[in-house]
Amino acid sequence: MRNVGLILRRELASYFATPLAYVFILIFLVLANAFTFYLGDFYQRGQADLQPFFAFHPWLYLFLIPALSMRLWAEERASGSIELLMTLPVRVWEAVLGKFLAAWLFTALALALTFPIWITVNYLGSPDNGVIIASYLGSLLLAGGFLAVGSCMSALTRSQVVAFILGVVACFVLLLAGYPLVINAFQGWAPHALIDTVASLSFLTHFQSITRGVLEARDVLYFAMLIAFFLFTTAVALDLRKAE
Amino acid sequence: MIKTDHLCKRYDSVTAVEDVTFEVQPGEVLGFLGPNGAGKTTTMRMLAGFVTPTSGRASICGHDVESAPLAARQCVGYLPEGAPSYGEMRVRGFLEFIADLRRLEGARKRARLDHVIERLQLASVLEQPIETLSKGFRRRVGLAQAIVHDPPVLILDEPTDGLDPNQKHEVRSLINEMAREKIIVISTHILEEVDAVCTRAIVIARGRIVADDTPLQLAARSRYHNAVSLQLEQPDQLAAAREALAELPSVAQVEVSERDARLTALPRAGAPILQAISELSNSRGLKLKELHLESGRLDEVFRTITA
Repeated sequence: MRNVGLILRRELASYFATPLAYVFILIFLVLANAFTFYLGDFYQRGQADLQPFFAFHPWLYLFLIPALSMRLWAEERASGSIELLMTLPVRVWEAVLGKFLAAWLFTALALALTFPIWITVNYLGSPDNGVIIASYLGSLLLAGGFLAVGSCMSALTRSQVVAFILGVVACFVLLLAGYPLVINAFQGWAPHALIDTVASLSFLTHFQSITRGVLEARDVLYFAMLIAFFLFTTAVALDLRKAE
Repeated sequence: MIKTDHLCKRYDSVTAVEDVTFEVQPGEVLGFLGPNGAGKTTTMRMLAGFVTPTSGRASICGHDVESAPLAARQCVGYLPEGAPSYGEMRVRGFLEFIADLRRLEGARKRARLDHVIERLQLASVLEQPIETLSKGFRRRVGLAQAIVHDPPVLILDEPTDGLDPNQKHEVRSLINEMAREKIIVISTHILEEVDAVCTRAIVIARGRIVADDTPLQLAARSRYHNAVSLQLEQPDQLAAAREALAELPSVAQVEVSERDARLTALPRAGAPILQAISELSNSRGLKLKELHLESGRLDEVFRTITA
């Protein structure tokens, strides 16, 4: 675990050593608020809740999270530093976990910086703060899921652009797994059991059930298993082709 | 001790390394020689644990690189080809990160960091991001991270590539200094480096070991071994000198370089010819600028066995 901490710290510091961290946080905050006020009709609805704020998170993450995760491993490959890291006395899963947690902690920071909107809604009315806290946790879990998928895509290539595109596509499919756009592609040839499984993998369904205010073990477990699965896949992909 | 046993690495259709077996003992500095793409880097990567062998095994200080990778890696200081590092990190932060992962702590960590910073003259760039450094400094940062934990085994892939002559000299004396108690494996295609630091040289071509010997013995394989080279004061004596040398029974062949009035007499089957030639030049009245005995030309041996 010591190595996980060391890698996490180095990784997190490297976000702030480049403009990446500041640009990401700025764009995240601007877009999150713009969506809420302009597309979400925050004021016109006349309701004291953050429903319009959280409703856009999946779409915001769809492009911003792959932009964050694309560098996780592709950059290590491109610069050759992966050879340094993988020949130190570090286990592959320690490196995978350390890097993932750094990125997740970073998105948690960006998410925490949206607190003015929470203050605003409490000033304007009396919202159900339990639902808001659950929604924040749901949003963080969603970000973790996207990051784990992105980490896996980043481990497959040395090109950050390819990692970004693969990440967006994979996240998009998972996001809409329960919706006709994806389900239709399976209908007609796949057995019902498979279609049901695919449908139950939808990010959106699980996220929306959390933002309604019910933080069910089922949904938390879903995200935890999804993250674990993609991190495991990342480690396997790295182990198999770290030198290529 | 480093031990490899029939090490092989195949990629789809290409065989990068085939049947490489050798042992290295403490106190030895082993130089890996070979043309580009011969398998030097792949072999070193397998020792360092970055590339998994297709077949065969390798062990470092008794730890198998596949079944006990962490123990093996802890014994090794490794400088990958091109000395990669994290460009956005500052030199001090980078070395501390490596020291932490190498499990150095407290006073020992400070002492080791101070030592490598001093030894590789990094004090002036400690607070600079690595990506802003010159090639020479980056290579030295790479060397510093490789030796920070004072490992018993050092694997250095082209440690002097990109350094100027002064820096090359510095790195070679560093290697010589550490050579006494450590096992050092370096790869290079600079042949003078072999003479300067290696006690043993392995030549690899097309993935196979084609020679494994001391640099001296390797040079002795040259047809220039025991050859005598002489330079004339007066270039117009060149033709006469050539004829005279060719008449000596122990001389197999005479090579002439008109540009600097130099003749090289190659002996028949390693026979000593210096004495005969020096007597000959006296009796024929040849005015010599220079006369010397060659021990053999590594570059010529290299070309012959890797071609």
